[in-house]
Amino acid sequence: MIISVASGKGGTGKTTVAVSLALSLKETHSVQFLDCDVEEPNVLFFLKPQINESLTVFTPTPKIDESHCNYCGKCAQVCAYHALAVLQDTVLVFPELCHGCGGCTLLCPERAIKEIGKRIGVVESGHAGKVAFLQGRLDVGQAMSPPLIRVLKKRLNPRRTVIIDAPPGTSCPVVESVKGSDFCLLVTEPTPFGLHDLELAAATAREMDIPCGVVINRASLGNGDGKVRDFCAAEEIPVLMTIPFDRKIAEAYSRGQTILETFPAYREKFLDLFESIRKRVS
Amino acid sequence: MKQIVVISGKGGTGKTVMSACFAALSRNSVLADVDVDASNLHLLLHPEIRERHVFKSGLKARVNLAKCTACGVCLPLCRFEALVEDSDGKARVNPLSCEGCGVCFHVCPVQAVELETPVSGEWYVSETKYGPLVHARLGIAEENSGKLVTEVRKKVREIAERERRDLVIMDGSPGIGCPVIASLTGTDLAFVVTEPTPSGLHDMERIIQLAHHFKIRTACCINKHDLNLENSGRIENWCDARSIPVLGEVPFEVDIPKSVVRGIPYVEYAENPGTQEIRKIWRSLLDLLSS
Repeated sequence: MIISVASGKGGTGKTTVAVSLALSLKETHSVQFLDCDVEEPNVLFFLKPQINESLTVFTPTPKIDESHCNYCGKCAQVCAYHALAVLQDTVLVFPELCHGCGGCTLLCPERAIKEIGKRIGVVESGHAGKVAFLQGRLDVGQAMSPPLIRVLKKRLNPRRTVIIDAPPGTSCPVVESVKGSDFCLLVTEPTPFGLHDLELAAATAREMDIPCGVVINRASLGNGDGKVRDFCAAEEIPVLMTIPFDRKIAEAYSRGQTILETFPAYREKFLDLFESIRKRVS
Repeated sequence: MKQIVVISGKGGTGKTVMSACFAALSRNSVLADVDVDASNLHLLLHPEIRERHVFKSGLKARVNLAKCTACGVCLPLCRFEALVEDSDGKARVNPLSCEGCGVCFHVCPVQAVELETPVSGEWYVSETKYGPLVHARLGIAEENSGKLVTEVRKKVREIAERERRDLVIMDGSPGIGCPVIASLTGTDLAFVVTEPTPSGLHDMERIIQLAHHFKIRTACCINKHDLNLENSGRIENWCDARSIPVLGEVPFEVDIPKSVVRGIPYVEYAENPGTQEIRKIWRSLLDLLSS
């Protein structure tokens, strides 16, 4: 079973929930953890894995063989991303705009284009006790994370209990991370920001046809979680867990600890959370 | 005209709260929410929308099933796993995966693939009590957020020039990817809001590296600084060693989420050491911009 943890808004507690869930399950399930927030991977601070392997990830970008090129302009014409410009006697390649679709290479009438790898980041793997761990790390300065997330997810083992920590937001990196999940857990907080972005995240999950449920973190904050519950009731999204606002949890997080280390009793709650997800998926 | 962008790397460190405070404290600025993916600034500034614009960008492939002969030529060529083979062998496009490269369109021997430009968002020009605001909403599960950021920034500069406003304040998005890069380029200062947690420190390092990669000057503040004084010290040392000014330290304060629940910029919600610190940060930021 594949469970992804997403949120829309950043900083609502995705990583805390995802890691606590993994640690609660590690004795009874074969857990694989994927940190798909490749722009800012943070799970390692909490799971503290030992990394055994690092794989450099490249995306293909065109390289022009000018001895075969007759500057016909076909490549620039077919490139949807304007990553190529053909001048009178030279071809300019803008690798930062290239999506690596291979269109120019495939369609060049002179076969004057080959592809070379452009490094975009690394995929690292290891384990934290019994939990198998994988993360992606985008190189600083690279704009596109989806190709790295795709490589990371190729290593996903669906026979295990897979937990995915997704990036914040609702656009392509989130879609790439959550795609293929059996269930999407949405972590929110009862503020106008949390609710607004929960609405977007729930719409994204619906668009992808993935069942979802909500964890309300810092539930006692502000005027309480009434509005979030109203939204979930109206949208028929189950609220599967609440975590109260507690400075102790925030302090534990600042030391690289999850809720479980501060409040061991939460383990039962996370097991209940997993059980209610399992029932909804099967 | 100067432009500042508020960023953080990690989400939820307080970018929007800080941006709204700056909006409230500034005179003669134009505001922009460049977190087009999950924008929140409007929830504190309550804009009145004056102009709505449709954002169209990128392409999506669509297979005309009446023309498709199920030859299968396109299927293995899509690198985004966006083409799915139907039970009758015909190709179907998963719009969530399609990046609009057009390879299927070009290779189809019977011209059964059409490329469309879908509406992928909206952007707005609004009035707030603190000045004009340009903001946007990217469609659900859409791409091209960087292009929408560029669109918003173009409009903001135009307004600033037309109305002779001397400062642009932009609320940025988390991460270091394409929308963040689009919001950073050409700004005068990237103001980084961090927090004294391992994630806050790690993500700040990456976002500052990114800003310096684009030769953008940086300054930062530590939010929730008393949550972990040891980590706050680490952040200060890290910044000191690189001559990055730390303009202030805002305490962990329950009044901040309360101000968000009330929908008011924090500096207008309370008068306490936290808001005094933010006023101090704002003054230092203006000094830095004019130096």
